Parts: sequence; structure tokens; C-alpha cells
Amino acid sequence: MGKTVIELQGIRRDFIVGDETVHALRGVSFSISEGEFVTIMGSSGSGKSTLLNILGCLDTPTAGEYYLDGISVRKMSKNKRAILRNRKIGFVFQNYNLLAKTTAIENVELPLMYNADISSAERRQRAIAALQSVGLGDRMEHKSNQMSGGQMQRVAIARALVNNPAVILADEATGNLDTRTSFEILVLFQKLHAEGRTIIFVTHNPDISSYSSRNIRLMDGHVIEDTVNTDILSAEKTLAELPANEDD
Amino acid sequence: MNWSNLFKISLKALSNNKMRAFLTMLGIIIGVAAVITMIALGQGAKKNIQDEISGMGSNMIMIHPGGERRGGVRLDPSEMQTLKESDYEVLRKENLFLAGISPNVSMSGQLVSGNSNYPSSVSGVGTDYIAIRQLNVAEGEMFTETDIRKSAKVCVIGTTIVDNLFPDGSNPIGRIIRLNQVPLKVIGILESKGYNSMGMDQDDIVLVPYTTVMKRFRAIDYLEGIFASAITEDMTDLATADIEEILRRQHKLKDSDPDDFMIRTQQELSEILNTTTNLLTTLLACIAGISLLVGGIGIMNIMYVSVTERTREIGLRMSVGARGIDILVQFLIEAILISITGGILGILLGCGASAAVRWLGNWPVAIQPWSVILSFLVCTFTGVFFGWYPAKKAAALDPIDALRYE
Repeated sequence: MGKTVIELQGIRRDFIVGDETVHALRGVSFSISEGEFVTIMGSSGSGKSTLLNILGCLDTPTAGEYYLDGISVRKMSKNKRAILRNRKIGFVFQNYNLLAKTTAIENVELPLMYNADISSAERRQRAIAALQSVGLGDRMEHKSNQMSGGQMQRVAIARALVNNPAVILADEATGNLDTRTSFEILVLFQKLHAEGRTIIFVTHNPDISSYSSRNIRLMDGHVIEDTVNTDILSAEKTLAELPANEDD
Repeated sequence: MNWSNLFKISLKALSNNKMRAFLTMLGIIIGVAAVITMIALGQGAKKNIQDEISGMGSNMIMIHPGGERRGGVRLDPSEMQTLKESDYEVLRKENLFLAGISPNVSMSGQLVSGNSNYPSSVSGVGTDYIAIRQLNVAEGEMFTETDIRKSAKVCVIGTTIVDNLFPDGSNPIGRIIRLNQVPLKVIGILESKGYNSMGMDQDDIVLVPYTTVMKRFRAIDYLEGIFASAITEDMTDLATADIEEILRRQHKLKDSDPDDFMIRTQQELSEILNTTTNLLTTLLACIAGISLLVGGIGIMNIMYVSVTERTREIGLRMSVGARGIDILVQFLIEAILISITGGILGILLGCGASAAVRWLGNWPVAIQPWSVILSFLVCTFTGVFFGWYPAKKAAALDPIDALRYE
């Protein structure tokens, strides 16, 4: 086990809706070490979106402590959290969230545009490297509307990689893709995992858990299951066994 | 702050939405162009009138007899005989602010040459008169001080007189014309000036030495008026004050006595006309100002809609690490770029439209540098001002809400 990247201690998050207080998270504690591929599962309303927002420094907990790469996030200002997101976190969204009419390489460069320390030459070079690592080295100048869903998600993953983050947060990253493309993306995540990246994959699809190294299951704001997966399936193998897609 | 990157981001965002950017600009373009064109038209009209006035002699000062009462009855100024030749000579000698001065006595009569005749009024003047009235001798020459001393029977005539007395087109120089039986030798012809804005024919003119009119025609010893011109327009007031002082001394008036003469300047006339044209300019500027305001509101409108339309984009930018201030600056840079580009295009359009009006409509226009600068500044200011609020709104968005925005 490497060093601890994420440490949650008794995280609670309450929302006030009208007169009622909704307890989205009721004391969640766990820690994630460098190099883990964790799936966080749960049905809708289990609090996984809230947890993801907190993990992604988009939101702060009502109570409890959250250390990201050793830094306490709980009392950070909005601007400081923005900088933290910029340097430590890579997001992959269900609907890709690429900039419209913008080339793949410009989309990947985006996080680095908000980092004044990185020169434009270095920015371009890192974006090229990130695109090559997701297998899109030949599609760098394609615009987002000229690409398929799988390609767009690869660009999004490259964008999450480009700032060399402490953790990659994927929110239903395969939710909008067909089975075949989903597995292609999973192959990519497993490859990144093999390279030593820390990945947190939030999903409601239980099948995906077999391809990660650890599963955390949420229900009603509590962690009800936290198991290490010793028998990790190879997404590549599953992909090979899938019947060929005749539509292609 | 990461200015150069934010500038690139804004530029990219604008070029990705060229139509939207252009439509936003359109308001500013039309606003600026309207301001420049309308002020150019207003100022052109004003300049036209000013040119006409200065064409009559903008520095001109007219002195007439007046203010005299006999037994409580105010007299017709033309009947008064308070201005003398000596007044003219003293003014000529003592007043330092005058470029030229000329007495004026006039008469009318029938001009005869061969079998042609023409009724005209004849002005008896000094040699400075043509300079004061900004007349030019086209052919021949103006009479001289010697002619004035000798009360010479010579005249300088305008083109209307030439056309009527010499219809065969022969050269009038050296010919004799008769006025009330007195023969006058034509020694010069004045350049044509056409009609003035009051519709008076400025070429219907006969100039004769004033001494000739006083002694040979009318047998009078007073002047009907004195024309003078100040060295510059600014010195008109000084010259007027000086004339008043000299004439009061000459006429031995006590402090309690009213002036027995009247001094008028061309400035007074030009002020009246300027008031009218200033009103016109103000009116046009108001219309133009409103178009500029509408342009500004257009920017706000599109910026505001664009914030809503781009909520997800803003959410994404925030999730990858853009701070509120980065979003604010991006939107402001977009607003400034739109305003400045629109402003420049507006200036080009405005100047082009002004030129088109000049060539096609033959309307006097004068593009004012201050109107160009002012409208440009105002449009940039409105652009930034109206871009600020939507930008502020974008910056305050919560990234979670923005990302989930449908």
C-alpha cells in the first residue's frame, strides 16, 4: 500500500430543503491509498453524488474532516478549492462535458490554461502526451462534434490526466456509452490503474465493481460495504469475448 | 492573475460563436456610427453657416450713427450726421486692433453704358473696403488713396453690373459708364461671390471712392457708416471697446450722455445662427446617444442570455479549476473585445456613411475627432458596464449546479 491520498473522517452533509433537513451523508469514513481503483456504488439517493462532490472539492462537508493528499479541505475558501481541483483532481463526467466546437487538444489543455505556472509549450506537450496515452494521438485536431461518444470520453479522460492529478474522479463515466464502448473505456481505466493512478469510479452499475480493486457501497448516507476485490477481471478479456458489433 | 491565458480563452470563446459575437457588436456598431454621422452632419451644417458668415467678413465691425434725439424725437439713423470723415481718420490712426477701416456712403441711381442701363446702388468706400468684405479684384485694379484724395471719377464693378451693362461680352476695363450724368471710368472688376444665405446678389455692386460720392454726387460732409475689420475674430471685442472710447472722445460726449453711434459686429449675427445649429447638433447627438444606449443594452442582453446558455461550460471550467474571478475576467474580456471591435467597426462605418452623405447628398459634413473619441469611449464603457452584471452572475454560479444545469 502506498501513501494515503484521501482520508474521510465522519463526513456528514446536511441540506436544508424548505423546513426539513435532509441528511445526505451520515458519517462516512474511509481512506484511499495511492494506486487504488475504487468503485463507489449505491442506488440513487444513497448519497454517492454528494460524496463525489465532496471528494471533488466542489462541496464541503457539514461536519467531519477530509484530507486530500494531506491537505484539509473542510474550511477551504471557494477559490482555494478551485486551485486544489486544478492541481490535484481530474474529473470524468457521464456526459463528457467537452467544450463545443473545440478541438480535442484544446479541450485537454483547458485545466492547464488556469495554471499560470505552465508555459504554453509545456501545456501543448503535456496535452499531446495525455491524448497519446488514451489512444487519440491521431485525432488531436478533431473537434468535439466530429467524434463518437467513446472518443469524446477518451478526450475527457485525457483532460483529467493532463494535470497529473492525485486522484481521478469518474462520475458514471460509462453511463452514456453502449456496452462495447463502455468496456473500451474500462480497459483504459484499468491501464491507468496499472500505471499506478488512483481512480475513484462512482456508478450504480454493479458489473463494473468486478474490474476494480476495491468496492465501497453506500446506502442512505452510510457505508454498508467496503471490500477489497482480490479477483479483478480483465476488461480487455471481456471485450474480446463480446460479440462483434455488426452495426460498425 | 493569468491574463494572457484568460485572454486566449475569451478570444477562443468569441471565435467559436462568431454569429452571437457579431449580433452583440451590431448594436455598438450602429450606435457609434450614428453618433459620428449625426454629429458630422450637425457640425457640417454649422461650419457651412460659419463659412458663409466669415465669407462676408467674420471680423467685420459696422459703425452707424444713431441714438441722437432732437426735442425728444428719435431720428431715422440715416438722417443723422454724427459720423464725420475726421472720425474715420482718427480711428484709422489710433485704433490698434483694426486690420482695415473704410468709410461708407451710398447712393442709388441708373447706370448707363451705351444703350444699356441698369439700376444699382453705389457704395462710396475707402481702399480697405475690399479687404474688409473679403472681395477680390478679378481684372484691373482697385482705386488708390490718390484717387480718393482727388475724388477721382473711377469705379470698380461686380459681375452682375458687367453682364447688364456690357451684354456683348466686351471688356469693360477702361470703358466709361454714366451715373446720374457723371462719367465714371471702370478700372476693375470684382470676382463673383454669388448669392449669400439671405438671397442677396453679392455681385450687384459698384464701388466708388467715398470722396467722389460725398463731393461730386451728394454734396454731404458726413458719413453714413464706417466699416472696419478686427485683426482677428478674437480681437473684435477689444476693437469694439476701443472704437467706442475714441468716438466718445471725438464727439466730446460726457459720461452721462448716451452714445451717438452704434457698433455692430458680425459676431452677433454668427451667434444667433450658431444657437440654431447648436440646437440641431444637440438634437442629433441625443438621438445618437439613445442608439448607443440601445447598443449597450443589446450587449447586456446577449451577455445575459449567453451566461444562461453557457452555464454548463462555466460549470466545467470551474470543475477543472477556474476560480470565480477567472470566469468574471473571461466574460469581461469578451465584453471588452466585443465593444472595442464594435467601436472600431462603428467608427469605420460612421466615417464611411459621412463620406457617402457628402458625395451622394452633397451635404456638408465635418467629422469631429472628439465625437469619434467620445463615442468610442462611451461604447467601450457601456459594453463593460453592461457586461459586468452577467459576468458577475456567471462568476457566482455554484459549480455543482452549473454542471447539472439542463
